[in-house]
Amino acid sequence: MGAQQREYRQRSRSVQSTKKITRAMELIAASRVVKARQRVAETTPYARAITRAASAVATHADVDHPLTTKREQPRRAGVLVVTSDRGLAGAYAANVLKRSEQLRELVEESGMEFVPFLTGRKAESYYSFRNRPFEDSWSGFSDSPTFDVAQEISERLIGEFTKGTDEGGVDEIHLVYTRFVNMVTQEVQVTRLLPLEVVEDAAPRTPENGFPLYEFEPDAAEVLDALLPRYITSRIWNALLQSAASELAARQRAMKSATDNAEELIKTYTRLANQARQAEITQEISEIVGGASALADAK
Amino acid sequence: MSALQVELVAADRKVWEGEATMVSARSIDGDLGILPGHTPVLAVLVEGDVTIYTGGTPQAVTIDGGFLSVDEDKVVVVADRVDAGSLSAPAAG
Repeated sequence: MGAQQREYRQRSRSVQSTKKITRAMELIAASRVVKARQRVAETTPYARAITRAASAVATHADVDHPLTTKREQPRRAGVLVVTSDRGLAGAYAANVLKRSEQLRELVEESGMEFVPFLTGRKAESYYSFRNRPFEDSWSGFSDSPTFDVAQEISERLIGEFTKGTDEGGVDEIHLVYTRFVNMVTQEVQVTRLLPLEVVEDAAPRTPENGFPLYEFEPDAAEVLDALLPRYITSRIWNALLQSAASELAARQRAMKSATDNAEELIKTYTRLANQARQAEITQEISEIVGGASALADAK
Repeated sequence: MSALQVELVAADRKVWEGEATMVSARSIDGDLGILPGHTPVLAVLVEGDVTIYTGGTPQAVTIDGGFLSVDEDKVVVVADRVDAGSLSAPAAG
């Protein structure tokens, strides 16, 4: 076998084994994304119950809660950036980080300090590679987050927010995550987490417009105290789960196109190898024919 | 009098849903019992048992804090974590 032919065959074999890996990753991501979507759906009753209750309190009681009060001159804006732990998911982590950079510019233009909180090793390495400081980070759970993690993050963020800038905390908290729209579309979203805007509409408080006149036990302020941190936690929890589903969907797509590309490459190499083989045969024939006619001429 | 529509929701799933004749839970001020026709209320719950009376044996679950809302005989109990080991299979619904 000719050297050229052998080289093409070798390359084609190497691409074949890569294809096996990417195909396996594609299938794993596909099966996990189903579970991840299911988890997002399962948290909906909790999120709905909390949102409903929080809007009910907000429409009924004129209670100013520290978590809903806007600071007069915000100076430090905390941003929770939700990325993945692993790569091989196309532009998933890059998109989130790009969006967070845009947000950083926006925040700094308005004269505030950008205080990053990170989840996912991709964000951590992005910051540490650039030698940029970050306030805190959580990682190791990006494709299947637990409620405990969401609670931990939410407690930390609420703590920072209640401290305020003067004591080294923050005045605002934003959230950058990837919303799972469907298997092909995932959007990076930026939302303000704190101060909270619970009320979608400030409609007059009548029993007819949806919310009955609730009694509060023990009182409205204390109900809000218990409710709002849970509302935040449920928002973060939901963002983590949606990001997890988005990550897996992005990985599945990336691995699918990697597999397709590998197939394309294998086809090209097979053709080249065949061509090389054919060229070799043709050359051998012409050498034999040439040799034979030279011998015939010599006679 | 109609029965209560009860929904017991944990952070990661819906734990139980069905009809009940009475629900009792521990609020900050003490135990709170909900019967059909109760006025709308939003109560903060502390760590303790939530008991659902469905006519048969009352079912108790332990929660680690949360809140409860009652609105036109619809009771929603929301808890961060629910220990549902003692809960029998959810009623249809």
